[in-house]
Amino acid sequence: MVDISNPNQSRMPRRPFSVKTQTGFTEMAIICFFLLYAPLIPLVVYSFNAGDSLAFWEGFSLRWYVAAWNNEMVKDVTIRSIYLASVASVIATTLATMAALGTTRIKPYKGQTAIYAMINQPLMVPEIVTAVALLIMFAWIKAATDYHGMAYLIIAHTAFCIPFAYLPIRARLEGMDLTLETAAADLYATPWLTFRRVTLPLVWPGILAGGILAFVISLDDVVITQLVKSAGQNTLPTYMLGQLRRVITPEVHAISSVLLAVSVAIVTAIFFLNRRIK
Amino acid sequence: MATTAVTAAKMPPDTAVPDAANVVREVRKQEVRRNILLSTPALIVIFCAAAGPLLIMLVYSFLSAGPYGGIEWKFSIDGWFNVFVQRDIFDDTLSIADAHVSILWRSVKLSLLTTFTCFIFGFPTAYFIATRPPERRNLWLFLVTIPFWTNLLIRTFAIMELIRNQGVINTVLTSFGLIEEPIQMLFTDFAVMIGMTYVYLPLMVLPIYASMEKLDFRLVEAAYDLYATRFKVLKRIIVPLVKPGLIAGSILVFIPSLGAYVTPRILGGGKHMMLGNLIGLQFGQGRNWPLGSALSLTLLMLVMLALLFYVRSAGKSTGGSHG
Amino acid sequence: MKWKLTAIATALAFVMTSGIANAAGELNLFNWGNYTNPELVEKFEKETGIKIIITDYDDNDSALAKIKVGGHGFDLVVPSSNYVPIWIEEGLLLEARPDQMSNFKNLEARWQDVDWDPGRHYTVPWQWGSVGVMVDTAVYNGDINTSSIIFDPPPELVGKINFAPEMADVMGTVLRYIGSEPCTSDKAMLKKARDVLMAAKPNWLSMEYGVIEKIAAGDLAASLYWNGAAFRARLKNPDVHYGYPREGYSLWMDSVAILKDAKNVENAKTFMNFIMVPENAALISAFARYANGVEGSVKYMPEDMATATEVVIPAEFVASGHFVPACSPDVQKIYTAIWTELQK
Repeated sequence: MVDISNPNQSRMPRRPFSVKTQTGFTEMAIICFFLLYAPLIPLVVYSFNAGDSLAFWEGFSLRWYVAAWNNEMVKDVTIRSIYLASVASVIATTLATMAALGTTRIKPYKGQTAIYAMINQPLMVPEIVTAVALLIMFAWIKAATDYHGMAYLIIAHTAFCIPFAYLPIRARLEGMDLTLETAAADLYATPWLTFRRVTLPLVWPGILAGGILAFVISLDDVVITQLVKSAGQNTLPTYMLGQLRRVITPEVHAISSVLLAVSVAIVTAIFFLNRRIK
Repeated sequence: MATTAVTAAKMPPDTAVPDAANVVREVRKQEVRRNILLSTPALIVIFCAAAGPLLIMLVYSFLSAGPYGGIEWKFSIDGWFNVFVQRDIFDDTLSIADAHVSILWRSVKLSLLTTFTCFIFGFPTAYFIATRPPERRNLWLFLVTIPFWTNLLIRTFAIMELIRNQGVINTVLTSFGLIEEPIQMLFTDFAVMIGMTYVYLPLMVLPIYASMEKLDFRLVEAAYDLYATRFKVLKRIIVPLVKPGLIAGSILVFIPSLGAYVTPRILGGGKHMMLGNLIGLQFGQGRNWPLGSALSLTLLMLVMLALLFYVRSAGKSTGGSHG
Repeated sequence: MKWKLTAIATALAFVMTSGIANAAGELNLFNWGNYTNPELVEKFEKETGIKIIITDYDDNDSALAKIKVGGHGFDLVVPSSNYVPIWIEEGLLLEARPDQMSNFKNLEARWQDVDWDPGRHYTVPWQWGSVGVMVDTAVYNGDINTSSIIFDPPPELVGKINFAPEMADVMGTVLRYIGSEPCTSDKAMLKKARDVLMAAKPNWLSMEYGVIEKIAAGDLAASLYWNGAAFRARLKNPDVHYGYPREGYSLWMDSVAILKDAKNVENAKTFMNFIMVPENAALISAFARYANGVEGSVKYMPEDMATATEVVIPAEFVASGHFVPACSPDVQKIYTAIWTELQK
């Protein structure tokens, strides 16, 4: 065998050589995780700052957490952001899964490339353009129907989340053959049953990846939301954009730290839940 | 992309029974219909809330600019004209719009660099996650996305805190005596690139992971049995097999970088625009909506062309390696 | 899959029912982000029983665009003085006649009749201030009352200069610096302005908004900036001082106006009248640290504001402050071209 001298091989006890190891990849991944989290450390630390600065440490205090908790506006925009991201990402991922199933694993048909291009269209235009176009279109609808609810934001977010969900799912499906589905069909499984028991589990990692992407993309959006939102529909990013001219207070850092903590909690919960089932 | 799909879909041989040709054609027709139907809801949403409204922009690009933003319903090709040509404001001579060209060039350059850096970090990370025991993979996957629960602005500010003159990196370097004066990193193209890499990294990791997760390591094992080196395995087996994920990831990073608005504005210090900012300017303080529309449609066409070209060549090469 | 469908159904139901309510007793305020004192809102709600819903915007043009296309649902907006004539000309504002309201007499005399809203038929002051130079005097302790700090900086400041990328303010300041007027159509002057900007660019570090932290921490040493922000920076770092360029500097006033298609006109008028009461105007100022234009409000403000040279313009510099006018579309086009070239 090649590369017997590699020190990383002892992970699998029965085999002297792990086929899964690539030189330097683990180190690279660890660096990558470090880099992902390192910039957030000062953020979390300064959310406990007693002073109102992000540059000078003036002692430990929970005042910004208290301030954020007492600030109706901050609470309100945070909840709205999460609600919007959840709804939009669920719808977008569902639609994207369907579309990915409809555009892969079949002999190419006429118009397939057109469908592909269309689905990825929201990616190809800078946000500001879609934002202005939507502003104009929704203004007509708002004036005509006098409806000013969240539906505008939801549909706008769903639309630009679709490609983010679609591409990982499609990447997952590509190269996966239909053998298992055909086998299921041969065993008289209904199409729905085949989908649930065979296709869905196979595509699941793609769907999960796509769904997460759609969620964070929606959570991040500023430009489109800024122009589409109606009265009283600030989201966390647009609220922060409004603060850009003044100072971003540690209040926002406190909120972000809470969001981080919540997501860590969710991940931990999922992890332990999975373990128990196992 | 179409060609990739062909090679990917290993259809059962449908030519076995010649007199069943009609049946086969009928089945195929149904299949196509079903597949189009599956894509329809997504298409409708995108048409209503993304692609459709662009038609408004198309119309606007052929109108005159309103005096205070917006448009006037008067036909004009000034918008398109000004994308490439500028009339000198002082002596009225015409020349290539070099400001636009240099902004375009900077955007393309920084976006390519960002995509490359994301790949350098993202590929090993995706590989690392995909080779964990199955029940741990989702955990690692979530770990990649957790920083994203803080939003874009917060992450961008976090990067700023790190790289500014009195920031963490410079303080550490000076205190160890490695440098005497702080290195100016903030408000440079470098800062923009770092910021975009940080912001878009998961967009690279997740798609690569999605296609890597199904990688069949028996193929890798077979290659080692045939005395392939690790690098050869990577190059000849792993990369070709996860190519769809690589393509998806690169698209997801490259295109949004090209139109990025917030990161260049904050980390670039506004001294140098990128395309997103240039277009934003036309719809904002510049009050030239037709030019803004024309610029964005130009960008759209460029991206479409690049994508088409890329997909064509990528499709051909995967077609080759799959045999 | 079922849970997903349920989730979607619930979500849709939620969407459809929320946002429809537009009962009496509401007021939709469309204001700059982080500009409205929550205490002011609370006080107003307590006194009148009207609920205020605040929505943020972050620049004049996007606010204008948003209202112009219609269907917005807002009642009140707070444009800057150089945009008010545009709003009026475009027919977006209601002639609410604040000059006939009971508290109008509280306004300082100089704000009772202004160029951008003759006779105050449309707007009442929210806050006003200036655009001057903010300098870290620990780095440079020469004369700071000049725009040459930005356009022809002393060697100590080179590479540590910022300006807020507000096109009208920057162009106005540079045109005054070279001895011309903002919005001039004199091409020779505009060309000179461009050359000054292009020549000065290598000396600048950045063109961005959020600089208070950076100047307080020493990343920057000078910036063309708003007075109230400079005041807040000085509170963090006592070395930061604010200069009034004697070549001329810009003044601005953000003013509250009622929209023509407002649904809650009476509530909006109540609010207009409410903010002309000195105690209430003082609340506005206490939050963002700018002056407000209501006579006698100073005594209700935080003590440090009454003496701050950032807020109260010293007599010797009053004459060189001018309000930025709204430029003609042609000049605006040249501004944009210069601006693009500057950032290419």
